[in-house]
Amino acid sequence: MDHFSSAQFLYLLKGLGWTLVLSALSFVLGSVAGFGVMLARLSRIGPVRVLAAVFIQGIQGIPLLVLLFVVYFGVGIFGIDVPPLAAAGIALMVYVSAFLGEIWRGSVESIEKTQWEAAECLGLSRWQSLLLVIIPQAIRLSLPATVGFLVQVIKSTSLASVVGFVELTRAGQIINNSLFQPFLVFALVGGFYFLLCFPLSKWSQAMERKLNVGRR
Amino acid sequence: MSAVVSLRNVHKRFGSNQVLKGVSFDIPRGQVVAIIGQSGSGKSTALRCINRLEAIDEGSIQVCGHDLGGARVDLEQLRKDVGIVFQSYNLFPHLTVAHNITLALRHVRKLSRKASEERARAVLDTVGLLEKYDSYPEQLSGGQQQRVAIARSLAMEPQVMLFDEVTSALDPKLTGEVLKVIEKLAEGGMTMVLVTHEMAFARRVAHQIVFMHQGQVWETGGPEILVGPQTRELQDFIGNGL
Repeated sequence: MDHFSSAQFLYLLKGLGWTLVLSALSFVLGSVAGFGVMLARLSRIGPVRVLAAVFIQGIQGIPLLVLLFVVYFGVGIFGIDVPPLAAAGIALMVYVSAFLGEIWRGSVESIEKTQWEAAECLGLSRWQSLLLVIIPQAIRLSLPATVGFLVQVIKSTSLASVVGFVELTRAGQIINNSLFQPFLVFALVGGFYFLLCFPLSKWSQAMERKLNVGRR
Repeated sequence: MSAVVSLRNVHKRFGSNQVLKGVSFDIPRGQVVAIIGQSGSGKSTALRCINRLEAIDEGSIQVCGHDLGGARVDLEQLRKDVGIVFQSYNLFPHLTVAHNITLALRHVRKLSRKASEERARAVLDTVGLLEKYDSYPEQLSGGQQQRVAIARSLAMEPQVMLFDEVTSALDPKLTGEVLKVIEKLAEGGMTMVLVTHEMAFARRVAHQIVFMHQGQVWETGGPEILVGPQTRELQDFIGNGL
């Protein structure tokens, strides 16, 4: 049996890199889509609102793992070969968009109605009010929850290992298969996740504290 | 003298609650009208109907030639002609004083950056707050915030300005500085509607007093009605108010 070597450590680091890529990809794409979901939830057109609500409830009610299977295997049935990174990216994007859309809708709706009124009375259109007055304030409010959710996303990317995408967790599994030192390997893997997530959690908490002071 | 604002038999309900029960009054150009009355008498609602923050159920309202009784109202044009200042200031907290004022100038009036900044300086000078140009609202006192809100509304050059209990959240000293600004505007000939609890101020500045009671105009006339009220209700109100 081999011992844990620097080559294996580098392999883990490479997996860590792919975890970062997948996290960033799904978070950026999910943010863009989530912004759309938020707008749809705030729409003045009833059916658009309902559709967005159904989407959010649907996605929030399905395990991410199942979503991954649907994209990876489900689409594969139609003869379309989906590479693991794309499958994981798409599934996570959909997942992220539903949650961020809802977080951001909540922030927008928590802005006092009088701000809308003031903007309206100055002659700003609904769109201008939203983009120039409401959303800039809502972003500040939603930042702690958004960063908190980013932590969830980073940890959720580990599920991509089941469709064969070699990110941090999958890299750990592969190394463990040859070394059979699960405690060491997975402790390392866990340590890496912690190093990614802990500073973000702290940042989120600090922002929340600052926000609370500001609003008191 | 032509009426800038004219209400005729205006009715407004919220659910089963009849708030305005046939309100009529006129506001001639260049005049200051003070609407007084108890909380719940419908005075704020009447004011909010004038710039269509509330749609009316019955009757008609003419504001600067816009007919607010009909189904189709050119809100964009109406909002250009009517400015409003709120009790809670409603400044935009994420923007500096200057940007609070220039936002609508740039995006609604489509003025250039330079022109809108010049206008912002001019109106801030009017309310005596030019030195707060780059401050954020949270750095200002309540009275200062309210003066900025007045400046913001003034910058749009409305034909009529509405004031909805603008000093109710302020202590007497800050109230004084805000009232001074309003008085200055009145002297400048601005047409204004004030919903207020400041009786002494109303008496001094207003050309016309509208006393509302239970959703109706109960008594109206010159400032002298505050000294010699005709109805028992106004008598009671003033008795309680002073």
